[in-house]
Amino acid sequence: MSDDKRPLLAIETAGANAMIAYFGAPDAGIDDQAASAVAACASALRAAAPCWLVDMVPSYGSLLVTYNPLEADPLTVRATLKRCAQGEATAGRVSQLVRLPVYYAPEAGPDLEALAERAKLSVAEVVSIHTETLYRVYAIGFAPGFAYLGEVDERIAAPRLATPRTKVPKGAVAIADRQTAVYPAPSPGGWNLIGRCPTPMFDPKAEPTMPVQSGDQVQFYAISREEYLALGGSL
Amino acid sequence: MSSDNTSTNTQAHTQPHATLVKPGVLALLMDAGRFGQHGLGLTTGGPLDAEAFFWANALVGNAPEATAIEVSVGGLELRADTPLTLAVTGAQMPLSIDGKPQPLWQSHRVPAGSLVKLAFAESGARAYLAVAGGFAVAPEFGSTATVVRESIGGLDGKALGAGTTLPLNPPADAPALARLPEPLRPEYATTPTLRVLEGYQVAHFSTAQRALFYSNEYSLSQQCDRMGFRLSGPALKCALGGIVSEGICLGAIQVPADGQPIILLNDRQTIGGYPKIGSVFTGDLHLLAQLMPGAKVRFAPMDAACAHAELLLAERRRQQALKQLETPS
Repeated sequence: MSDDKRPLLAIETAGANAMIAYFGAPDAGIDDQAASAVAACASALRAAAPCWLVDMVPSYGSLLVTYNPLEADPLTVRATLKRCAQGEATAGRVSQLVRLPVYYAPEAGPDLEALAERAKLSVAEVVSIHTETLYRVYAIGFAPGFAYLGEVDERIAAPRLATPRTKVPKGAVAIADRQTAVYPAPSPGGWNLIGRCPTPMFDPKAEPTMPVQSGDQVQFYAISREEYLALGGSL
Repeated sequence: MSSDNTSTNTQAHTQPHATLVKPGVLALLMDAGRFGQHGLGLTTGGPLDAEAFFWANALVGNAPEATAIEVSVGGLELRADTPLTLAVTGAQMPLSIDGKPQPLWQSHRVPAGSLVKLAFAESGARAYLAVAGGFAVAPEFGSTATVVRESIGGLDGKALGAGTTLPLNPPADAPALARLPEPLRPEYATTPTLRVLEGYQVAHFSTAQRALFYSNEYSLSQQCDRMGFRLSGPALKCALGGIVSEGICLGAIQVPADGQPIILLNDRQTIGGYPKIGSVFTGDLHLLAQLMPGAKVRFAPMDAACAHAELLLAERRRQQALKQLETPS
């Protein structure tokens, strides 16, 4: 994505069969360059496909690699990771732009009005700010299909709720600080709910299982209550 | 299509099966775990005591990753609808077949119609019940491991319920009965010292904080499940507040703001944003898996090269032990 390459900061032991490569400091916040370096390293490692590779977790500024200790020792894993981190980005998967419909309304997003009030904006302004930003998929985790998207425009960034909800409904579109996401399934959560998306974010029986992957771009667009219901949404 | 249906039906009649009469506290179908699916946000699952799981399968002649039942705390009852060969390993959960007590860590022939009971654990917390051939469950995302939180694996992603019919794979050959000699069985300590590979944000824990961690006992709180064990003891302070979310490996020890460490286990979320001091050595996790809330643990630092050597030696010991299986008298 960017020509300006972010150097590898460190490779740390994570466990007896896991190592983590840092491209951004753990307390540095969201950094687009670090995210690009993570994606490039993950794609280089995937292409190299060493026999010891068990799993990978790309995240904002780090890549966690799990390996089979019967197939490789920590020095080998470290050397391979270093090589993959420093190599040129291979022609990996091209990132796609995924557009996701959202029904923004208090009945679908119980925190929408409070968030607007806090930001001294109208609900319509919040919606237009949320929909005009192009978000990057920084990480997938927490739950199957949960994509961490960033960055939310500072004007509508909002801290997590003081008391998390015990149940956030499936499809809830939410904001926490400068991150936004769609809840793939009902779960507890402390993010601010601003709408609902009818597109399933994780369907084990569908192919592909998820509409987005790490590195993709996402843009939301507003739909009406009728469109939301017609697309399979429920209230 | 119709011939396919016929063959499926015929198979259903001839396929060996068992009925779960009572699941007890928690019974989960489990293979070795789900790997290569972190990109979707799917966790690994798999047996909390990988050592006992391995031996349950080995004793009935199965492949190491064959699907078995992880029984937590006990109280399970199973009826053999067709003859089967089974073995139970792990926690001291008294096993009986048709009311007659039977030893763990060895395989048994169970005639059709027999009732297999696993009473509540006298020590330890998790036992593994394997049958020759393994339970016949379709894998999801490459694994049969049940992860209830994700509704994936096992039968419909759920813990096993009373009355469930469990289909079994027909064993390739009637396996010879086998017993793991007592000296080769894992030793489960009551207050184990868990060895720790320092890593992740360890540099942000001061020398004093690390000394506090290694010189005190921590007890298992009531909040212990397959996702993680929350401990209680002297609070640890990390110089970092929050961090940006990053991948969490098996055994990682995260320290939230309250300073009480949480050891993340098989059903952990794949990424999280709490600082971590390091990870419990994977070769020690089976010791933790056998503890109940209230039990105490200690920690000791471990060198990464030493950890690697220990894992290789453990595998070699396993392979040697496989050659030393006894025939039960």
